[in-house]
Amino acid sequence: MAKELERSGFPTATVTSLAAVAVKVGANRIVCGDRFSHPCGRPGLPPAEERAWRVELVRTALRALATHVDGPTVFELRS
Amino acid sequence: MRVVHYLNQFFAGVGGEERADTPPTSRPGAVGPGLALQRLLGEDGEIVGTVLCGDGLVGDRPDAVVPDIVVLIEALAPDVVIAGPAFNAGRYGLGCARVCAAVSARLGIPALAAMAPDNAAVELHRREIVIVPTTATAIGMPDALAAMARLARRLGRGEPLGPAAVEGYVPRGRRMNAWAPASASARALALLEARLRGEPFTTEVPLPRYDRVAPPPPVADPARMRLALVTECGLVPAGNPDRLEWVRASKWLRYGLGGVDDLARGDYEVAHGGYDAAFGVEDPDRLLPVDAVRELARRGEIGEVLDAYYVTCGNHGVLGQMATHAREIAADLRRQHVDSVLLVAT
Repeated sequence: MAKELERSGFPTATVTSLAAVAVKVGANRIVCGDRFSHPCGRPGLPPAEERAWRVELVRTALRALATHVDGPTVFELRS
Repeated sequence: MRVVHYLNQFFAGVGGEERADTPPTSRPGAVGPGLALQRLLGEDGEIVGTVLCGDGLVGDRPDAVVPDIVVLIEALAPDVVIAGPAFNAGRYGLGCARVCAAVSARLGIPALAAMAPDNAAVELHRREIVIVPTTATAIGMPDALAAMARLARRLGRGEPLGPAAVEGYVPRGRRMNAWAPASASARALALLEARLRGEPFTTEVPLPRYDRVAPPPPVADPARMRLALVTECGLVPAGNPDRLEWVRASKWLRYGLGGVDDLARGDYEVAHGGYDAAFGVEDPDRLLPVDAVRELARRGEIGEVLDAYYVTCGNHGVLGQMATHAREIAADLRRQHVDSVLLVAT
């Protein structure tokens, strides 16, 4: 889906727990999420910290959208 | 062995593009490249007739024309049908492939075509017919005809073909049982040893190859973009009102987010049979980060967020179907004047 959205001209940040798979199939802007059953969540954290982490995850996606890439590129949270 | 050869109007010597509307026609004996093919077949086979049709006609109206071609071929009572070679000609390649597929399916007569591996007809028909790979242009005619004659002899005698790599045709993607000289573990070790020694080796399980998409330019400034949320995680309003399938989803859906600041527990459920939905049900923002996106929009770090999200279910998603969903979603994103996408993949 990421590839078709980008083929259609939309810069697309893909949040996934399986970055290696995303690289292999050719998604271009890949953001490392948490586990595959909750890519945008960290159930182990207290709610406020989990939400702060999620905000950073989305900021990472914004960075991916604003970055020039030449092919599959993985973006990780800045810790 | 009786052989029938299929050609387009050009190779049959009828004419060029101005005669692309030539209707299906049957001629006795070999014509054009069929003369060389006959020499290669020698005593083993006789080209009893040549059936030809204009590229334009077969390209524009295959469903109407191919059955007529099959009738002409059937009248010649062949043991095997040979089509082309079409090299890189698009409509000719499709014509050859469609004729071969119809001859096999309707008459039960073996058929083979020849064309360049990147002829569009190869991807469309390689699973159902035998295709001999050729060069892109007619420069490879002698090699193509030699391979065609060799395989036609086998097929005409009713002999089963071995693996594509051994016989020299385009892989059909079929798996056939065969006795191997060693067990799988021994063969795997032999492959590993060959690789470690830097020797050539051929995998028994070729992995799929994925195409590359040129990344579109980045957004100039996230603080001025309009962002949309898309996901294949199957997150739908409670009760799954549109019955999104949990597996092999046939559709995508768009749900409003107007006035929604935070996805509340109980308002959503997960239509996806491929992962444990408990975490997402407890807090749907763990799947679709609406709370975080809204917060960053309030802070001015995101220009604007579309008041809707797009969802399908990627569980056991068929590649072509998922691509179609994404293309349709992209068309809608364009209507909504969206600049960029945050896609969540589970």
